[in-house]
Amino acid sequence: MTGRRNTDPAWLRGMTMRRMSRRDLFKAGGVGAGALSLGAILAACGGGGDSSAGTSSGAIDWSAKPAGTLDFANWPLYIDKEKVDGQLVRPSLLQFTDQNDIEVNYREVIQGNATFFGKIQPQLAAGKSTGYDLMVITNGETLTRLLALDYVVELPTDMRPNFDKYAAPSVKDPAYDPGNKFTMAWQSGLTGIAWDPKQIAELRPDNPTITSMNDLFDPVFAGKVGMFGDNADMPNLTLLGMGIDPTTSTVDDWNAAAEKLTAQRDDGIVRQYYEQNYINALSNGDVAIAMGWSGDIFQTNLSGDSEGLQFTVPTEGAIIWTDNMMIPKGAAHPVDAMTYMDYVYDPDVAGQMAQWINYITPVPDSKAFVMGLYQDTGDEYYKNVAESPLVYPTPEDQAKLHTYRVLTEDEQLEWNGIFQPIYQS
Amino acid sequence: MSAVTVEAAGADSANQAPVRRGKGRRWSSFILPTYTWVVIVYLSLPIFVMIVFGFNDVPGRVSAKWYGFTTQWYRDLFDNVELTAAFKTSIAIAIVSSLLATLIGALLGLALGRYRFKGSGSTNYLVFLAIASPEIVLGTSLLTMFVNAYTFIPQGFLTILISHIMFSISFVAVTVRARVQGLSSSYEEAAQDLGANPTTTFRLVTMPLIMPSVISGFLLAFALSVDDFVITSFVSGPTVTFPLYVYGAVKSGIPPQVNVMGTILFAVGVLAAISSAVAPALSAKKDARRLAQDRATTEAHYSSIGK
Amino acid sequence: MADQGKPSLEDLVESSVTALGGGVAPQRLASRRKRLVPYGLAAPSVFWLLVFFLIPTIYMGFISLGSGYLGDIKFGLNFSNYVDVLKTYDTQFIRSVVYALIVTFLALCIAYPLAYWIALYGGRRKNVFILLILLPFFVSFVIRTVQWQFILADNGIIFGPLKNLGLLSENFHVLSTPIAVIAGITYNFLPFTALPLYVALERLDPRLLEAGRDLYANKVTTFLKVVWPLSLPGVFAAFLLTFVPAVGDYVNSQVLGGPKTTMIGQIIQNLFQVNFDYPHGAALSFILMAFLLIGASLYAKVLGTEAVTSAAGR
Repeated sequence: MTGRRNTDPAWLRGMTMRRMSRRDLFKAGGVGAGALSLGAILAACGGGGDSSAGTSSGAIDWSAKPAGTLDFANWPLYIDKEKVDGQLVRPSLLQFTDQNDIEVNYREVIQGNATFFGKIQPQLAAGKSTGYDLMVITNGETLTRLLALDYVVELPTDMRPNFDKYAAPSVKDPAYDPGNKFTMAWQSGLTGIAWDPKQIAELRPDNPTITSMNDLFDPVFAGKVGMFGDNADMPNLTLLGMGIDPTTSTVDDWNAAAEKLTAQRDDGIVRQYYEQNYINALSNGDVAIAMGWSGDIFQTNLSGDSEGLQFTVPTEGAIIWTDNMMIPKGAAHPVDAMTYMDYVYDPDVAGQMAQWINYITPVPDSKAFVMGLYQDTGDEYYKNVAESPLVYPTPEDQAKLHTYRVLTEDEQLEWNGIFQPIYQS
Repeated sequence: MSAVTVEAAGADSANQAPVRRGKGRRWSSFILPTYTWVVIVYLSLPIFVMIVFGFNDVPGRVSAKWYGFTTQWYRDLFDNVELTAAFKTSIAIAIVSSLLATLIGALLGLALGRYRFKGSGSTNYLVFLAIASPEIVLGTSLLTMFVNAYTFIPQGFLTILISHIMFSISFVAVTVRARVQGLSSSYEEAAQDLGANPTTTFRLVTMPLIMPSVISGFLLAFALSVDDFVITSFVSGPTVTFPLYVYGAVKSGIPPQVNVMGTILFAVGVLAAISSAVAPALSAKKDARRLAQDRATTEAHYSSIGK
Repeated sequence: MADQGKPSLEDLVESSVTALGGGVAPQRLASRRKRLVPYGLAAPSVFWLLVFFLIPTIYMGFISLGSGYLGDIKFGLNFSNYVDVLKTYDTQFIRSVVYALIVTFLALCIAYPLAYWIALYGGRRKNVFILLILLPFFVSFVIRTVQWQFILADNGIIFGPLKNLGLLSENFHVLSTPIAVIAGITYNFLPFTALPLYVALERLDPRLLEAGRDLYANKVTTFLKVVWPLSLPGVFAAFLLTFVPAVGDYVNSQVLGGPKTTMIGQIIQNLFQVNFDYPHGAALSFILMAFLLIGASLYAKVLGTEAVTSAAGR
């Protein structure tokens, strides 16, 4: 079913030859090929059509031919983009369309897991289509709830040869989805510490390097610290910083962490609790040090919105989270979705995406493609990406990474009750 | 003294010449006017900033640094697909909702302003509640209704439309009602005396008289709809409107086109408001001129006869 | 000044017919259809308001007594939801009320002189001034709030130069403080405060002011004894129309605020859209609604029910 023709590395390389800077990219504002089709407009009107290959009630016929359309919901800045002949295109999607005759309606509509869940929940509860065939959700409360409420399609195990062959062991059989029955990893990322060396040097000249979680609690940075205001990154990373493994932590541990966080807030150390916008605060100097995600720093330095921002994995360890592809119930084109999901595990495709996205790719073998780009163009950038532990972590790096605590519904309630008041004061 | 009484006797409130006397003059002709202008500037400050930074030559998202002047964002206005879609959705919803809301809201305003009927008190109270309710209460209650299995409506364009019509009706009704209350019914009575039936009276007399307020109501409903954020954020489902897009973009960085679109919406609003204010004055001038001409012709006619 | 006493068409017809000594019955028949006219005019709007305003509010009341989460809400009689919610979020609640009071007070102080001058001294250009005040509100309030975030940025167009000149310390910031939130909310609600004040002041008969001066009152006394008391209905209306929505605002505190500035609106939004805890969210929302109802009834009691309905008149 997947990859009727072999992927052509030379074609992909050709697409990336005239690589433009991220600066130009942001300037142009991000036009995507084939994005504003009728399907997308219908999806925007809040109701997809009837499914062709299956309904939410009926079983899906996976042996059917792909319908030729794929409605893909994703987060912003999460897929490769290049300027070719003055037009902004997404090369990996173009090649997918080329090889499989499937038009992709790519919508960057996900801004947060919970908010996206809120948008699609009514349709899912009513057994109707959400208007999307494929969506990307981070592991955590929302994903657990989606699985528990049976809102996600179970994936066929015989339609993903690339995944079986090339996926990294760390994304196979994850704790939140044993056996990958419902999800396949899109990209992973680290939650660690992002900081501005210039400001840190001014505020703490005798020790201008950030190495530990305790730096986030250092009173010398009072008023210049940013923390995540959420129930996943903030508590888990704080527990880790206290030397506690989140996956085995107890309620007492949670309360201890909450005390530490409350003190941090009441002592005026925290400037604000952020979501994705911590990166803006860091770039324009509102904060000097913040909890952050690995790929953001790459991207923001490249785009010219900031200079010299650093990302550090604390000595106590960092959290690794995974954004996962899944097919919502009632999807109109599940076969097309499945075709795409396996397509991105081809090492060359994964490499093409990795060199742009700069998060942890689930396909370690894609490193060869990125190094190939370096050899073809001599551009140092590709070498940096291929050798970056933030895109291709080594086994030693991985030893320092921990996942979120997977919580049952009752545990989630208690956990939320302990941690939410901290940033909702 | 005599000057004052003459003024007081001959003026209606709209054309009241301001009275200035003695020490009060400092306040009324200097301090307060200056204060008024200061407040107006304060109110307009974000607008100036928005217009100016629509010309900023930023490399990426909106930034406080001034990179240079460019009209690029006006040319590349629709480059951002999601933003453009949101903008179009907002305009579409605004047009449809304000047309419908104006239609039925104006009728309500007419009913409340002109007639006394059983239930008019409660209706007035209902309208007041709808206006004064915090938006978050309106939004959350609509949400609970739309997700209920029995009254399920897929959230999106339709639910936003319904909600916008709901809150616009009250504003239109109040605007029209205020105008109707100020009108004497003698015009309609005169028309009826001259043999017009109720429908003709409505068409040729009532409607033109209340038209300015109907148009004001329409503009108000349109502005409210394009602008609405809180209620829309609860009932929009997957649909994205312009304010929703901007709010979401606060976290990831605002595209410069947002400033341009805001500027355009603002310019349209300004033009609409000005024309709706100027038009009656212009037509009044036209009528006055024609009246003077008629009078001159008549006088000429009579004086020529008299000769 | 009562404008509710306008005789309607049917009244005139009826009274003139009665005066002529004619029988009542045929006229009753003729005017019955006329009597239905207002109902016909009002019906579509009232229907819409009932179905999409009143009913959802009542429905939300039911949900507030229920339990469970979105997708699995069970109905019940859990009045405890209200107690829970008030206990858990008492800080945010009190904070919202305090902020809203400050905002309303500030808005009244700013708007009153404005409305006073325009209404009494604006002359022929009154409408132009009102237009100028309303003009910024043609731009989406989200954009305006975001612009304030931009303007008030730590090193933005105001504070950047001031810091470079050494007039402010490097760590000075307005964003993420209660000041930014209060300033933002005040800004957003200024027209809601100014307009009722303007309407009330504009209705003042200027001859009363003349009378005051003729009786040797100076400006201050005229204001205190004549203008202010007569404008009180407008002040109360402005208070109501500013205070109630301000309590429920969440965008300003979200965009401009920081830790310890969370308002009850944010909590409600969070309960509905992040936790999906509809029952507790509905309970909080309903409490806000109660504020409005209490405020409106107090207002009606103090000033008469007429004042309530005309308060919304702009």
